[in-house]
Amino acid sequence: MRIFVPADSTAVSIGADEVAAALRSAGLDVVRTGSRGLYWLEPLVEVESGGRRIGYGPIQANDAGTLVEALQAESRDDPRCVGDVDELLASQGQQRLTLGRTGRVVPGDWDDYVAHGGTAGLRAALAMEPQAIVDEVKASGLRGRGGAGFPTGIKWQTVHDQEVTPKYIVCNADEGDSGTFADRMLMEGDPFCLLEGMTIAALAVGAERGYIYLRSEYPDAHRMLEKALEAARANGMLGESVMGSGQAFDIEVRLGAGAYICGEETSLLESLEGKRGVIRFKPPLPAIQGFLNRPTVVNNVITLGSVPAILADGGAAYHAVGVEKSRGTLTVQLCGNVARPGLYEVPFGVTLGHLINELGGGCASGRPARAVQVGGPLGAYLPPDLFDTPLDYEAFAEVNSMIGHGGVVVFDDTVDMVAQARFALEFCAIESCGKCTPCRVGSVRGQEVIDRITADDDRDRNIALLRELCETMIQGSLCAHGGMAPFPVLSALNHFPDDFEPRTAAA
Amino acid sequence: MSTQLKPTDFGTPASHSDQQVTLEIDGQSVTVPEGTSVMRAALESGIDVPKLCASDNLEPFGSCRLCLVEVEGKRGYPASCTMPVAEGMEVRTQSDKLNELRRGVVELYLSDHPGQSVTPDGHGDDELLQLADQLGVTEVRYGRDGANHQDVEPDASNPYFRFDSSRCIVCSRCVRACNEVQGTFALTVDGRGFASMISAGTDSDDFLNSECVSCGACVQACPTEALLEKDVIELGMPERAVTTTCAYCGVGCSFQAEMKGDDVVRMVPYKEGKANHGHSCVKGRFAWGYTQHPDRITSPMIREKITDPWREVSWEEAYDFAVKRIRAISDEYGRAALGAITSSRCTNEETYLVQKLARAVFGTNNVDTCARVCHSPTGYGLKTTLGTSAGTQDFDSVEKCDVILVIGANPTDAHPVFASQMKRRLRQGARLIVADPRAIDLVRSAHLEADYHLQLKPGTNVPLVNALAHTVLDEGLANEDFIRDRCEVDEYAEWREFILRPENSPETVAEIAGVSADDIRGAARLFATGGNAAIYYGLGVTEHSQGSTMVMGMANLAMCTGNIGREGVGVNPLRGQNNVQGSCDMGSFPHELPGYRHISGAEVRAVYEKEWGVTLDADPGLRIPNMIDAATGGTFKALYVQGEDILQSDPNIKHIAAGLAAMECVIVQDLFLNETASYAHVFLPGSSFLEKDGTFTNAERRINRVRKVQEPPAGKGDWEITQDLAQALGYPMHYNHPSEIMDEVARTTPTFQGVSFERLDQLGSIQWPCNEEHPEGTPVMHVGEFVRGKGKFMLTPYVATDERANRKFPLLLTTGRILSQYNVGAQTRRTENRIWHGEDWLELHPSDAETRGIRDGTLVAVASRMGETTLRAKVSERMMPGVVYTTFHFPETAANVITTEYSDWATECPEYKVTAVEVRPCNTMSEWQKRYLDDRENQQRIAEAETEKA
Repeated sequence: MRIFVPADSTAVSIGADEVAAALRSAGLDVVRTGSRGLYWLEPLVEVESGGRRIGYGPIQANDAGTLVEALQAESRDDPRCVGDVDELLASQGQQRLTLGRTGRVVPGDWDDYVAHGGTAGLRAALAMEPQAIVDEVKASGLRGRGGAGFPTGIKWQTVHDQEVTPKYIVCNADEGDSGTFADRMLMEGDPFCLLEGMTIAALAVGAERGYIYLRSEYPDAHRMLEKALEAARANGMLGESVMGSGQAFDIEVRLGAGAYICGEETSLLESLEGKRGVIRFKPPLPAIQGFLNRPTVVNNVITLGSVPAILADGGAAYHAVGVEKSRGTLTVQLCGNVARPGLYEVPFGVTLGHLINELGGGCASGRPARAVQVGGPLGAYLPPDLFDTPLDYEAFAEVNSMIGHGGVVVFDDTVDMVAQARFALEFCAIESCGKCTPCRVGSVRGQEVIDRITADDDRDRNIALLRELCETMIQGSLCAHGGMAPFPVLSALNHFPDDFEPRTAAA
Repeated sequence: MSTQLKPTDFGTPASHSDQQVTLEIDGQSVTVPEGTSVMRAALESGIDVPKLCASDNLEPFGSCRLCLVEVEGKRGYPASCTMPVAEGMEVRTQSDKLNELRRGVVELYLSDHPGQSVTPDGHGDDELLQLADQLGVTEVRYGRDGANHQDVEPDASNPYFRFDSSRCIVCSRCVRACNEVQGTFALTVDGRGFASMISAGTDSDDFLNSECVSCGACVQACPTEALLEKDVIELGMPERAVTTTCAYCGVGCSFQAEMKGDDVVRMVPYKEGKANHGHSCVKGRFAWGYTQHPDRITSPMIREKITDPWREVSWEEAYDFAVKRIRAISDEYGRAALGAITSSRCTNEETYLVQKLARAVFGTNNVDTCARVCHSPTGYGLKTTLGTSAGTQDFDSVEKCDVILVIGANPTDAHPVFASQMKRRLRQGARLIVADPRAIDLVRSAHLEADYHLQLKPGTNVPLVNALAHTVLDEGLANEDFIRDRCEVDEYAEWREFILRPENSPETVAEIAGVSADDIRGAARLFATGGNAAIYYGLGVTEHSQGSTMVMGMANLAMCTGNIGREGVGVNPLRGQNNVQGSCDMGSFPHELPGYRHISGAEVRAVYEKEWGVTLDADPGLRIPNMIDAATGGTFKALYVQGEDILQSDPNIKHIAAGLAAMECVIVQDLFLNETASYAHVFLPGSSFLEKDGTFTNAERRINRVRKVQEPPAGKGDWEITQDLAQALGYPMHYNHPSEIMDEVARTTPTFQGVSFERLDQLGSIQWPCNEEHPEGTPVMHVGEFVRGKGKFMLTPYVATDERANRKFPLLLTTGRILSQYNVGAQTRRTENRIWHGEDWLELHPSDAETRGIRDGTLVAVASRMGETTLRAKVSERMMPGVVYTTFHFPETAANVITTEYSDWATECPEYKVTAVEVRPCNTMSEWQKRYLDDRENQQRIAEAETEKA
């Protein structure tokens, strides 16, 4: 009987290691995996039974004794039993196209990876011409999951078409948005999937070298990636001849130094080159002049992690999921004041309200949700009357919001939207690279203006000034950091105007 | 010629594409080369686009967000500096929305800015304030009491400029100028976001103690007054500008002397200057204050004996005194007892007049110039092999180089502006070979590393260059086509046989030069096969007993690899002084009339005999060392020295002093009482480069105009003084303006035929030869054919110098320059540049230091068989064991007390670069120094000053 306990850093942070140790000392065969993303159930212990995985959670080390009994009895009656975990995910409407193996496989174990369908996409790609690989990705409708939502196939096509060599594949693993963890989950739980996706990208565009720019705050992911790289090389997926194809490709992990702005692709490239992480202007696009001024694919972890499935099952299969111009699945990271936080990989088209209320179970506080911020710290705050907005890039743009990297942070009715607006600018100021003026100075002045509004100092004039500043930042900033920081501010002003009215003295 | 104070800045560099693109800007059709930015396209068409972070000498950056425009069919408001033009694009640079956004940005800037200029003149030098006015930003609604940098103390550590963070808009123009233009990478942005601040390195570094070389590029780049010249803060904004030429090194940078009333406020490198393209170094940019130094002599002076105090007299009395002595000497000893030394600091016109004075008025060919002690072997060697006594290229040629071989030159210190251009090319990927006993900065510095550093022993240039050529031939890398088409085949065959001898093989030479055979072979292969290969060299080549041989050896190497006669190649002397090329061109050598024509030629003499109305002596006159020898021998009695300090700059000072002391009439014409003046009887106060009109010719044969912006304190330009003296001697010399002198040069010298002040004003500058065939001058020489017809390979056998390290003097001393000081220091020592280099020091390797008990800063005595001097030691890994190095900028050190009498076999250029010495710790000045300083004090007394004191 094999017992699965996540070694994912979220699970570990709430006792998974202790649980694993306790179960081992009870003589059980414990295997460490990634997380299923059902964070409210972590540490979630699974037992293999008749080809199915039965889950128990949340478990703490001192529950181990009673759990052992339940496990040995394969008891479904135990109050901690959540039943077949895959069924649970399916019942939530999750379609695990990208994170299908995460939480199931032993991360870094090559044979286990292959046994769970790993390398199928790569093998398919190796049988194709580079252009055919690009076409398959185009056909899938995959768009960049890092935030910008740019069609991945078109980006690859641009790099493919460049005659300049060498070319590079750069994976953006600088996952810095508040409330996001999909990249980390994949890297900790199914690292080969990312490496396979990068290798397919390399075959498609003709690159021989790849880099994973990993935030230094992810030491577990770093260790796991290094382990996986070693195994991938040992098993011929990386190196002089990828799977014996004669095509060379290898990957190196480089660590960031704690700057949010280095998640922006041009800053990332500067940092990767060993320089100060500041924005480069575009054009030239990184696809034409990227790393060391060479054609470079810069894609997010989840984007690249989605590629193996697309190549394995065909672009059409992926495209069959989702709506409109948003195809496939989105790895929603639901958190904040929500009863069932975690990772939900759902098809595009699901509404925000469904996510929050049906899947998330509403606010953890039991109070009504008042606002939700989608797409990271620079995403707009949406009020309940926009909860019917479907997960769809264009639909979100229409309500001046964005899906971004799929982070969804829920707030209940005690939230102070002025404070949230100020926080957006404070975050912008702290993480600004300082290159352009609207962002460098504007984010600081914006906080000061909000402070004056809060202090009821020349309120109307300062609100007007704040709106004008937002326009200057949106239109004038060099990159999306300063260009989007006003979105939460404006959404607070527009959707929650009452919060900006004079405060009555606290009762 | 007055020019615009601030030339138009087009915002981004010009594109050199052949493809043209037509677009519409504000309804106006504009056609520009592909790759041009929208900003530049607009500005070139006279359409103004506001900008702060963009400058046309820097790559676009896109940080200030003021140049936003609207483009038809495009969302948002792209920055025009970073957006390339596209066919059919429709751009609007003006709209209400754009103005609103621009005002928004300016208001943000002003919320962290004092809001007014630091100068008393309106908006002073602050483009932000000017823009605020232009855009109508009258109020800062954010107030000025939010977070800000207004309390940061300015960094005033640099003597010439200060950095004031409170006025900084963090546009990074200074950082980018330091990186892209100067190539020093001294500046950076520290911190991020609102905390971003310009920093000269680490937290504790101020500008003075940073890696900053004070080139001024950052000050020039700064759009606000964050980086500003202290003189501007003190004197206020300049009102007009006059274009002129720097009087320091042979790069010949063009400057705008920015004037307020009759005062120079600052010197700003001139953007249109073809030698420097708007760049400068600390000397030209800032170290011109010597022109106002209280040491300037403002009255003529005479004295009976050199032990007498000087007596200030009228010009007439001084001339009378001089004329009487000259006549008496001429009568008693003959014309051969008279001589003159021309100045490489003075203008072409002044130099021409001095040699004319010697030949036509004194009636002697005893005229020489300081090139004797620097680049005379260049003249000899290049003339013999290629046919002309000058470098083959223009500076811009370096931008086409693929391989650069630097031998015996230290461009980052001695030719800093050209070094920046070279470094830029190296950063673009050109390969570098450095042959130098020292690890000069080029060997390894920011974003730069030589492929080969051939760290040869001093005195082994010739075997090294022979071994390089040997490798080329031995490995079949010679450009046989070039040799067959362009060179004398018989000489080549002879040379080929010579160079392939085992004595010239890298394996043999490795032993002699102390460089591995593999490195020699590798460097030779790179030079021969790496594409366009060019040689740049300095006095480390010429100042040897085989200086001329080495110059010919380099010409051989260039010819056998086909690296001559086009852009990106060539043999390029980096000339030391502002007008050393010109002084040689103007007939300063005793054997040559202007244009390098031998005095023995009757036809050439006839030209001048007619022009000057005299009969010329057909025999060459005395060189400087011969004059000194003749003086000690009692046959040479009178010397007219214009703007040169032979007593400090020439080797074996004791011998020079004895020679001068033996003369009966030494006339020194200079700005200051220099060392030579201690032995003079007549002192004629000269004029600085700011105080007269004329021309200088730089190392690329470029004739640049020098324009008068100030009155000479003593009232006369140097050319006027020479003319007065000629007249006092009874010779009719009447020029109303230096342009008339140049007209005479053009009239009599074929290579200058097309040169005139008028033409120079039109073209900006002219590289000679300039004649009917090349009416606008000649940037690259020997194209298609050598000046002498066919290139001539010369045999260059190695003959070791007699100066060798031995048991008594086991170390070899070599000499050179440093960035902040210039030659004998007469100018730079009288500026704030002393802050960087206030005394000469002796550099030596740690192992040599340790065995002698010497530490950094120890006072050491350096002794050669010639003499001894004392200075401080600097222990440095730049040196190789067994070799020590010093500069020669300070008369107190008198490095030339130790240098020897050995010299180049062909030209008598002194062997400054090899002297066997011993070094030992000591605690006092040498006896010679003490006595010398006492004597100098005595011999520099001025009578009136003493009266006043009494």
